Amino acid sequence: MLKLSKLATAAALAVVGTVAGAGEVEVLHYWTSGGEAKSVAELKKIMQAKGHTWKDFAVAGGGGDNAATVLKSRVVSGNPPAAAQIKGPAIQQWAAEGVLANLDATAKTEKWDSLLPTVVADVMKYKGSYVAAPVNVHRVNWMWANAAVLKKVGVNSAPKTWDEFFAAADKVKKSGLIAVAHGGQNWQDFTTFESVVLGVGGAKFYSDALVKLDPKALGSDTMTKSLETFRKIKGYTDAAAPGRDWNLATAMVIQEKAAFQFMGDWAKGEFSAAGKVPGKDYLCAAAPGTANAYTFNVDSFAMFKLKDAGAQKAQDDLAASIMGTQFQEVFNLNKGSIPVRLNMDMAKFDDCAKLSAKDFVATAKTGGLVPSVAHGMAIAPAAEGAIKDAVSQFWNDDKITVAAGVASIVKAAATK
Amino acid sequence: MEKLIPKLVVAPGFVLGFAFIYGFMVWNGVLSLTASRMLPNYDAFVGLEQYARLWEMERWWVALKNLGIFSVLYVGGSMALGMGMAIFLDQKIRFEGVLRTVYLYPMALSFIVTGTAWKWILNPSLGLEKLMHDLGWAGFSFDWLVQSETAIYCVVVAGIWQSAGFAMALSLAGLRGIDDSIIKAAQIDGASLPRIYWRVILPILRPVVFSTTLVLSHLSIKSFDLVMALTAGGPGYASDVPATFMYVMSFTRGQIGLGAASATMMLATVAAIVVPYLYSELRAKPHER
Repeated sequence: MLKLSKLATAAALAVVGTVAGAGEVEVLHYWTSGGEAKSVAELKKIMQAKGHTWKDFAVAGGGGDNAATVLKSRVVSGNPPAAAQIKGPAIQQWAAEGVLANLDATAKTEKWDSLLPTVVADVMKYKGSYVAAPVNVHRVNWMWANAAVLKKVGVNSAPKTWDEFFAAADKVKKSGLIAVAHGGQNWQDFTTFESVVLGVGGAKFYSDALVKLDPKALGSDTMTKSLETFRKIKGYTDAAAPGRDWNLATAMVIQEKAAFQFMGDWAKGEFSAAGKVPGKDYLCAAAPGTANAYTFNVDSFAMFKLKDAGAQKAQDDLAASIMGTQFQEVFNLNKGSIPVRLNMDMAKFDDCAKLSAKDFVATAKTGGLVPSVAHGMAIAPAAEGAIKDAVSQFWNDDKITVAAGVASIVKAAATK
Repeated sequence: MEKLIPKLVVAPGFVLGFAFIYGFMVWNGVLSLTASRMLPNYDAFVGLEQYARLWEMERWWVALKNLGIFSVLYVGGSMALGMGMAIFLDQKIRFEGVLRTVYLYPMALSFIVTGTAWKWILNPSLGLEKLMHDLGWAGFSFDWLVQSETAIYCVVVAGIWQSAGFAMALSLAGLRGIDDSIIKAAQIDGASLPRIYWRVILPILRPVVFSTTLVLSHLSIKSFDLVMALTAGGPGYASDVPATFMYVMSFTRGQIGLGAASATMMLATVAAIVVPYLYSELRAKPHER
């Protein structure tokens, strides 16, 4: 009995001890696969070094859908976690519900405004105040190619225009291999589609049509041409593509069964895991016609309003740590993405990441930096889903004419 | 007190059931009348607007059509195949126990497993088509799973494979329960064997058919896991069903109001089929019970 009461006293003291200056951060995230989990562990280490308690709240599966469902129930019941992995316009939606904490003080001391490109910072803000901290940048408009396959069929470098691309793809097809490894899921269809739109129409058109959803741009001849190019790509995919996961499509390129894949830079993780070297075994290049543009997919943590002072302090420390150089480097080396801070030293990164970082900085100045629609960075979920449906229907059903495809995309964009 | 005890025992279950089934039904109905998006929002009542939007969506119509195709073929197919197998097993054949277990085994699997296995079997570059090509039949083509118009039939095939054994087991139990003397009487009256099955045995099995149909039809209307595992609603949304539609709208597209409206429509569909059926079946022969 005596022992028990001693234990209780010790526990009580420990609790009192933590309230002064340190607190608990509960972090909801869906990074559960190998490299991702390692990346999160780094953040945990950094927070523990600052004396805070890390409470891991990982919800696997569904590309974040499951996590979002859990988050909703926690927030509705008045018990939100300190931080949750939320990205894109969803941040603004949560902020509009009045549940997100203001991070302006931290952002000011850490000088976020000068460290982030304006388009990225805008995603993190609600009515001019920071409510989320960005973690990384994925480039979406990549084209991955197997160097050995290209050499075998007599293609010397990664194609730079769509005409060059189709010429190269014809050669691959003739050799009996699959030209384009594709997974027929609506976000993968759209990943390819947005690279085509960016390549055919340029960053300005992309922004008008797919970000601002201007009906004039959506119904224009440029969109018609984009859809024609998009459909032409389908002819170079294999019959078993529908429903295939992206990493299986990447595996086809790794195993020399297919030549090209259009996918964001998380595909690099698959190449690295298979022991392949960029530049030698595989090539990473911007999708044809998109070398001067950059579709970004930025992961971020939104912070929720908390009552406890210690927890608030921990939350501010978390936000500062996320944007700190130490975490940005370690995390992104593990994840395959690049740091979101503009002035980072890239010495430890590979050639693909260096190219990505160079283009990120360059396009941030020229206006070629645009948000990815396929990855929920640009438009509200309702319209995004409707447009993805329209594009996927067009891709899967060859009987839909290009004109009808354009019409259904225009109609879908009006979804509120 | 004696009289009260049964009521007291049943009461908690009744209250819980009432709150969690009917309470949530009402809650869902209320949500479907609001403009709720990412989170429930009870301030913005919009009347039947969500229903109007729902019926204008092409995707909803695709989902409804698929539900119709799937329900009719799945319930009818499982019933017919199950009953057929039961009748053949009932002919006092050898190894009946083994065969019965073999046919019933798929029922022990979850729909996720069934869906995944059939996804591989029906995939043109992994399964049946590749097997035939490897065996030398180069012209063989079976790509239903990846074609927009036929993907839903793949779901039907997988569903029947899973549930036919269940229909068989129930039918067999029903067949075993039939008194031999009735059949002998029919034989003495000079009825042929098919005629005996059609006019005597099947009518006696009516309660079995009723229960099986009821179980299978509610499985078909709430079918979600099978579709998710097999096609995930694809290609595009060609094999979407109302349950997957509702899930996508409510939980991934932040349109809870629209999702709730579709859930209400599903409830109405179930009620429209089940209530009259239950009513007629339960009322018709009270003297038998």
